[in-house]
Formats: sequence, structure tokens, C-alpha cells
Amino acid sequence: MPAEVKPLTLDHVTKTFRTRGRGRVTAVDDVSFTIEPGAAVALVGASGSGKSTIAGLVTGAQRPTAGTVTYGDTVVDRLRAGGLRRYHHDVQIVFQDPYGALNPLHTVGYTIARPCRNFLGMSARETDQRVRQLLEQVGLTPAAQFAPKLPHQLSGGQRQRVVIARALACNPGLVVADEPVSMLDVSLRAGVLRLLADLRESRGLSLLYITHDLLSARVVTDQILVLHDGRVVESGGTKQVLQHPTDPYTVRLLDAIPNPFAA
Amino acid sequence: MSGPLLSARSVDVVYEPARGLRIWSVRDVDLDLAEGEFVGLVGESGCGKSTLGYALTRMLRPPARLTGGRIEFAGVDIAYLSGEQLRQQRRDGFALVLQSGMNALNPVRCVEHHFGDVLRAHARAGENWSRAKVRQRGADLLDKVKLPSDVLRRYPHELSGGMRQRVAIALALALQPRLIVFDEPTTALDVVVQRAVMETIQELQRANGFTALLISHDLGVVLEATDRVLVMYAGRIVEDQPAGDLLTGAHHPYTEALLRCYADPRADEVTLGGIAGSPPDLSLDEPGCPFTPRCPEAEDVCRQLDPPLEPLGRGAAACHVRARLATKGAAHAG
Amino acid sequence: MSILSTQLPAETSVAPTAGMPARRLRLPGPVLFVVRAVATLWTNGKARIGMVVFGCFVLMAVLAPAVAPHSPYSTDYPPYLGPSGAHWFGTTGNGEDVFSQFLYGARVSLLVGLAAGLGATAVAAVLGLIAGYRPGVIDHLLSFVTNIALVLPGIPLMLILAAYFSSHSVWTIVLVVTLTAWATGARVIRSQAISLRTRDFVSSATFSGERLGRVVFREILPNMTSLVAANFLAAATAAVTAEASLEFLGLGNPATISWGTILYHAQQQNALLTGQWMMIFAPGLAIALLIMSLTLINFGVDALSNPRLREKS
Repeated sequence: MPAEVKPLTLDHVTKTFRTRGRGRVTAVDDVSFTIEPGAAVALVGASGSGKSTIAGLVTGAQRPTAGTVTYGDTVVDRLRAGGLRRYHHDVQIVFQDPYGALNPLHTVGYTIARPCRNFLGMSARETDQRVRQLLEQVGLTPAAQFAPKLPHQLSGGQRQRVVIARALACNPGLVVADEPVSMLDVSLRAGVLRLLADLRESRGLSLLYITHDLLSARVVTDQILVLHDGRVVESGGTKQVLQHPTDPYTVRLLDAIPNPFAA
Repeated sequence: MSGPLLSARSVDVVYEPARGLRIWSVRDVDLDLAEGEFVGLVGESGCGKSTLGYALTRMLRPPARLTGGRIEFAGVDIAYLSGEQLRQQRRDGFALVLQSGMNALNPVRCVEHHFGDVLRAHARAGENWSRAKVRQRGADLLDKVKLPSDVLRRYPHELSGGMRQRVAIALALALQPRLIVFDEPTTALDVVVQRAVMETIQELQRANGFTALLISHDLGVVLEATDRVLVMYAGRIVEDQPAGDLLTGAHHPYTEALLRCYADPRADEVTLGGIAGSPPDLSLDEPGCPFTPRCPEAEDVCRQLDPPLEPLGRGAAACHVRARLATKGAAHAG
Repeated sequence: MSILSTQLPAETSVAPTAGMPARRLRLPGPVLFVVRAVATLWTNGKARIGMVVFGCFVLMAVLAPAVAPHSPYSTDYPPYLGPSGAHWFGTTGNGEDVFSQFLYGARVSLLVGLAAGLGATAVAAVLGLIAGYRPGVIDHLLSFVTNIALVLPGIPLMLILAAYFSSHSVWTIVLVVTLTAWATGARVIRSQAISLRTRDFVSSATFSGERLGRVVFREILPNMTSLVAANFLAAATAAVTAEASLEFLGLGNPATISWGTILYHAQQQNALLTGQWMMIFAPGLAIALLIMSLTLINFGVDALSNPRLREKS
């Protein structure tokens, strides 16, 4: 169990960028929401809707132009280098691209060990044990066989599991998953999603699941926020919103997904 | 004309990198495309679908190589044509729309230049493509893909992803091909734009009557848009059925498993399936059905003999077990 | 809602563990790095030949005192002798044994080549990494300096610097070459650093709690090993040539024993006319072979940063 899972709150957060040629672009426009401890929330929207920017704001990689981001008592947007580093102990990220998220020159064991050494202050032997544990938890067994492998020796699904193991290594309270399965083959997605869901349940951590894929959002999360042009246009229970959307953009998004399976 | 527009028999494609192992990307594929058909080719990464698409349109580049088979387009074997003869076939023959059709556009040239390039390169003797004529034809083609004519003056970076893909499609239509192969045309696009572009492709196909081959990893897109679906696995075609039939019941265990990976997010109960294991190593030349290690119905014969693609249902499937069950069923019924 | 799957056992490994076997030896970091690098280079055929040739030169330099038949400085021998049994490469106009000089000469050429190569690469790497990883004012400043250094013509600058420095020792030459050779490398390394900086695995390292130093030296730099190694080999090649050229032009110290000074003396003493053709041929060929060996090693350098290239087919 993580030390204590805290609520994450975005309060009237706005983020604008200055771009060459197009002037100021508002990526996130007055967004407010709270992720309660242990909740799984989906953030859905098309590309350019601001979802990745929000991921950056939540993890501290970006600072809002206006508004605040708080995790428990910590005001995320005011953190400096040292504080930000400690913040990563609580809030971790799973990236979209399993091929780019791992350093091609480091073994799986090394990659997963780093957060253990940095955040949990473990000795080499303790770290080895923990790495083995984590590899088993994400289904990469026998762990001893996977630990010395380099990323190019693993498949996309296996790499993504390593990325998840690394994110969970330091026992974070909140995991931001940015399109974690969109680059995986369809047949591999259920396995990785099931893993995320199980681990989340067993550890009681919060999950911010960012995606444009409504099916996986439905399967992994309880609440959903629909983002359009930087604004939250609809929010509510995932099943509820998908079955009875009220905002016209949500309706358009639902219609856009190819769905020959609908009755 | 009678007979299929494109007929491929025993197509084999091998991928031979300078360093590394030889990979059999496409194995012994037989395929027919009739005039005016909209066919989908579906499979996951590494199954060989793009390679097959490239092979059929003669776009393979080393280290990929067509090592065997016949590819007949309107009766002419194009498998081993080259140079001028091949170019002639491309004009009012077949065209290919690439996955990143967006990256297929030259970033330092405006759209009009691209049209001029295509039209002049394939101009028939005596045809004179003046700038005015190019502009006229360009505007017509852009209109077909629902773009305004001022796009002609734009450069690729000034257009959105969806617009660039439409330009790529318009370019493919320029020579009035009888067959267009679309390689993942909407994968790199936003989900809402995807829907719009797919609808445009469907309308174009209906209006112009060309044969379309849609290559995609997204079974949902393919089932919605196409008349007939081919499913590929490990370089082979394992199932070939009308789209509607596939929805109600697949005949190959892989297709069935794949269908379980899709669901309607709006349903009351949603279960998402997956397939354990991973595709076989294509550098190994092993006999038998490639899906055997992951197949719940596998039997000894599956490990020993390559299953042939045989008629099953209203189409065909390559599965020993299912074929046997079907003949038993027929025997009982008959 | 639930996620159901048709039997989802744990992932079983598909690829056999190829590449580096797990070693139980605990060598210190830098040594292990060099050992691994050498092993990686060895897998490439061309690099292997280059390493062997280079190894021969290293042996020559190291074993010179043991192998040389005479002292390279002693002028006791009859001058202007052509190649013979007693003096394989003949003697100089001053009565020195050319073969001994040739063997000892390898030391200077190798020393200058490696030292200047390392120096130029180190400067390029540090400046390139700083400029690439920290955008903004620092980057602008460093790029400005780099661009100026790039614009200055190398050879004339080298000649002027060499003539200007009052002490004409080997280290002067090392310094001169370092100062003229760092700029190209810095530019290229900066570009690579910029492209690597935005990669997910670098952000992930930050998320894993790694501090700046570790991110730069353990995440970014190793992925640039190929680039830095190629840079080093190019700089070393340039240094060997530069040293020989400067010595040959008399801008070095004629008293040192190096291949360049042998050529200098050969020219001064009209060696071809007096029949001492080995005085020209030997050092010339040696320089060419040394440079060739470095160039061959360069072929294997790609695999250092791309583990996929290490496995043999």
C-alpha cells in the first residue's frame, strides 16, 4: 500500500502556449476536477483537445498559466527541482509509446531498479528482490529471465509491462496513464488493461487514464471527463456518460468510433 | 470484363535484411478482387498485410522481395514487369494510398505541383498538361474529396492531417485507376476525422466504381466500410468472408478471438477479450498452422500440415478442425 | 463491466537471451564500459581488422625500448647508409639508426593522436551536451562560440598557433590540434542531445528520481556513444595527420623522435637522393596504416549505441 493516497485537484487551470505563427494557443481552458483517492478517472478527447497537456500539468512537467494543481497539500505548480523530484514519488506516469519509453541501452532490471534506489533508498540486494517481485506482478515471469533483457529483445506488450512495473516501483499514490495501450495490438490490450486494473485495485491507488479510445475507458474507469478544445464538456460516471451523452461533442465522439458491433 | 480484376496466386514475399535473419512476410497467398468490390484486409502488426498490399501494387523495395507467384491485373501478369510497362499499368490501372499519405507529400512543393507531377508523368502521347489544365483537373479532384480548390496553392504543412490524407486520395484518383489500395489511411488521424475520411472513401468508391482494398489493423473500421473481409495471420490469409457474415460468426479461431477483442462501449455489460501468447517467429519455416500455439482447438494435424484456404460458410477459412466439423455437419444434414 | 480474457498466463519470453551474458564479475564501472565497448567493436569484421592493426602500433610503441636494436638518439653510426643488415632502415645524415627512430616514433604519433583526439572530443562533448540539454541563453552563447570556431580555417590557425607558442613540445601540438578540432563535434553532439532530450525514456528517468548529472551521463550520453566514438576517431585521425604535418613543416621540435620529424629530416637531408628511401617510406606508410586502422574501427562504432546491431545474424 502506498503511504497515503491523496486527492488530486485541478482548480480553474488554464494553460496557454505561445507558438510561432499562430500566436497564443489555449491548450487547456479553465479546467477543474478532482480525483478522489483510489478513483479511476478517464480523460477522453481527440488529439489537440488538451489531454496530454493536462497530463503534463498533473505530473508537474508543465506549469499552468492560471489556476492551481494540488495533490493533497502539495501545490504542484509551485514545485521546484527538489520538490518535483519528491513529487514523482507520489505521482508516476505510464507513457504511450512502449518503444520510446525505455532506454535501449539499459536492461529491464536496471530500469525498474532506479526508482527503488532513488525513492525507497533500498540497498542493492533489496532492490534486486523488489525488481523480481514487480516483474512477477506484471506477469513477466520467470523474473530472472526478464531482468537482464534489453528492450529490443522484448515485444511491445512486454515493454509496456516493464513501463508499468517501473511506474509502480516506488509505490505511487496516483498513476497517470497516457494512452498506454493505443500503440499495442488489439489482442494485447486486454492483458495490459487487466494488469492496470488489478494493480490499481490491489494497491488502492488513483488512476488518471488518458485516451481517445472509449472502449478501454469504459473497461478501466468509473468516471469520465470529456475534453474538447481544452474545455471539459461533460463529466460523470463512465457507463452513464457513454450510454446517455448530453453534450453534442460527446455524441459526435461516440458516433465517430467505428462500431459495427452495436445492436 | 469477365473474371476478377486482380488475381494473385501463391504470392510469397521474403524480407532479407543485410544483417539478420530472413523473414517470410507473406506466404502462399491466393486472392481475387472483383471489379467494384470493396475488400478489407485485416491483421495485427507483423502479419504481412501492408507487405501484401505493396506486393500487389508492385511497390516492394529491397530488402523485401517477391519470390514467387503470379499477380494478374486485368489479365496481365504484373509480377515481373518493370520500367515503362509497369508505369503504363499504373496509369488507369492501380494506385496506392499510403499510411502516412501525409508524409507522401513533398513538403517543399505546393499541392498543385503534386497533381501536375502525377498527370504529366503518366500523360499519354499527345496529351498536353498545361498549368491551366492541371489546375482544372486538380480542382475537380479536390472537389471529389470535399476540399476547396484553394488548397491547390497550399503547402503540405499548411494543411491538417485529415486534409493531407484527402489530398493523397485525390492524387490516387487522378489517373482514374480501377484499383486503389489504401494502406491504413486513417490510422494516424484523429478519431473524428477518421470517420469523415472513411465516409469520403466509401462515397468515392460507390460513385466511381473502382475496386478498393482497405488494409487496416482495425477490424471495426473494416467491418463497417467493406463488403468482404480477408483476415491475415503470420503472412497467410486465414479467413475470407463477407463482412456481414463475419460479424455474426467467424469460421477461424483467430478471427473469433479477434472479434472478442472488440465491443460496444455503450452496452450494459462490456467484456474485452485478448489473445494470450504472441505471433510466431516468421524467420522460422515451420509446417502447420501458425496459430496452433494460441489456439484452444488445436490438434495434432494442426502442428503438422499447413491448412489450406478452403470454402467454409459463404467464403473460405484455413482451419483443419473447422473444415472437418463443417463436412461432418454437412454429412449429417445431407 | 469487466475484462475477460481467454486464458492470460504470464508472458513467456519469446526471444532467447542473446547478446551479453550475465557476468558475475564485478569490475569497476569505467573498466567494464571499455571492456564492453571493445567486445562490441570486435563483432564487426572491419573494426576487428582495424583493432588488430592499431594493436600492432600500440605494441610497437610500448615495446620500442625492448625491440629497438639501438638507441634512437645515438649518432654513433655511419651516416647516410641505405637499408642493410645492421640497420634495417638505414641511417640518417646524423648517423642515427632509422629503424630505432621509427619504432620510438610510434609513441609520439599515438600519444598525440589519442591525446588530441580525446581532448577535442571531450571539449566537444561537454559543450555539445550543455548546449543541447539546456535550451536558452546558455545554448545561444555556446552555439555562437562554436560557430565562430567553425568558421576559422583550421590549417592556417594551426600553423599560426604552432608558430606562436614559444615552447615547441609535443604537448603544444596536442593543444593546438584540440583547439582547432572541437567545433564540428560540438555542433553534431548538440543536435543529437536535443533530439534525445525529448525522448520519453529521458523524461522517464526524471520520473524515476534521477538527478540531472545521472540523466545526462547515464541516459543521454550512452545513447550518443556511437556519435562520440566516431567523433573521437575522426579527431584522432586529424591529430595524427596534423602532428606529422606540423613536424614536417618544422613547426614542431626537430629534436623529438616522431614519424613527422623523420620525414622532416628526410626532406632536409634529401633522403631520396642519398638512397635512404626507407626514411620516407616507413613513416609515411605507418601514418597511412594508423589512420586506416582508426577508420576501420569507425565501421563498428554504430553498434555501441544500437544493441540491435550487436547480435550476429
